[in-house]
Amino acid sequence: MLTKRIIPCLDIKDGRVVKGVKFLGLRDAGDPVKVARAYEKQGADELVFLDITASYQKRKTLVKLVEAVATNIFMPFTVGGGVGSVEDIRVLLNAGADKVSLNTAAVNNPRLIAEASRKFGSQCIVVAIDAKKMRTEQWQVYTHGGRTPVKLEAVAWAKKAAQLGAGEILLTSMDCDGTKAGYDLKLTRAVVDAVNIPVIASGGAGTLKDFYLVFTKAKAQAALAASLFHYRELSIPQVKDYLRRNKVCVRA
Amino acid sequence: MLAIVDYGMGNIHSVKKALQKLGGKVKVVTDPKELLGAEKIVLPGVGAFDDAVSVLRRRGLIAAIKKEIAKGKPFLGICLGMQLLFETSDESPKAKGMALLKGRVRSFPRKKSLPVPQIGWNTIDKVARLPGCQVASILKGIPDNSYVYFCHSYYPDPKDKSVIAASTNYGINFASVVCKDNIFGMQFHPEKSQAVGLRILKNFIELC
Repeated sequence: MLTKRIIPCLDIKDGRVVKGVKFLGLRDAGDPVKVARAYEKQGADELVFLDITASYQKRKTLVKLVEAVATNIFMPFTVGGGVGSVEDIRVLLNAGADKVSLNTAAVNNPRLIAEASRKFGSQCIVVAIDAKKMRTEQWQVYTHGGRTPVKLEAVAWAKKAAQLGAGEILLTSMDCDGTKAGYDLKLTRAVVDAVNIPVIASGGAGTLKDFYLVFTKAKAQAALAASLFHYRELSIPQVKDYLRRNKVCVRA
Repeated sequence: MLAIVDYGMGNIHSVKKALQKLGGKVKVVTDPKELLGAEKIVLPGVGAFDDAVSVLRRRGLIAAIKKEIAKGKPFLGICLGMQLLFETSDESPKAKGMALLKGRVRSFPRKKSLPVPQIGWNTIDKVARLPGCQVASILKGIPDNSYVYFCHSYYPDPKDKSVIAASTNYGINFASVVCKDNIFGMQFHPEKSQAVGLRILKNFIELC
């Protein structure tokens, strides 16, 4: 049986892991390979690297990072952040990324989703959606790392992205992100029900039960968390043990 | 020397690094002539079936791969590289695969409870009867129900069920490992399946 996935997310700047990895217990907490290896040992099912670098040198550094990770860690990972073209995607996939996530570029040019999935297969094209609640059952899409509101409703956008050939949705609730008050179950469930591709829920994980609820109530296929794991408030084995005890199928 | 066939589609880097880590002497090849000196051939791949077929054919790689396989060289197809072993695919009904195995590649049934692609860790269940293939050696040391990483929208449906070495359930039971004589195919990514995947690749390297 296909298992539910637990995915730590790493923010990357200038080729280094930034933000809150100091408690992972690593001598060099900024080395992406070391962080990735630590999570691999903990039983993470996948990793997401999100590049937040804002410089022209960016792509080169990111490609080097992807190569270094793929050389040392034999587990699946997704790379995102500023990916803008079919060529960007090709380079990252060739460097060893399994999936590439598109956000702003996909909103600005939805055809990119179709082109990329046609060329590389849907299974490696993730569309990342940052969403904020507008009114009941409606969520507004934001781009540029949550800075720019756009005229798109998240559930409708997810549906369109899937139709265009996206293979997965990485859905972040901006309302819940950083609150540790739980995933946005309504938003997640609305997107899961609207599309027939896997949905990774993100934003808000704080307790073991939050993971349980996002899998059982919101029916997400995967749950992402960042600071919770970085600061060791919860470990991946703890989350998986809890889920297993509550009859959610996870990988041993 | 292990030849990894590079036809511009797919995750060459990870496969190469995994094989090298395991002590394999690896060469990435783009030219059919380079296959002559290879002892074993690996065909990775992500992307569309028809694009892969047309690139491979244009570069003369399909004929060359078939020729080397006929000499008895062990061959490993991964993901799309496995699907290309079959005759046709639902993904591109007009394209013709290598037809080294009879059967076609199908799309998962479309139903609400079954998101497609299948992305994530699922188990492989070994099939006991294995006539005429070296499956015992490729899956040596791999316990039943081991988890491996899948990322795909299509699955192979061999006509001759005796080539199925392991199966996986995702809505339906499908062939996740196939094996016929010196031909091996895996729908999952051994190069991304941590210890289990590395063990399978090591088994392939050690085949004689």
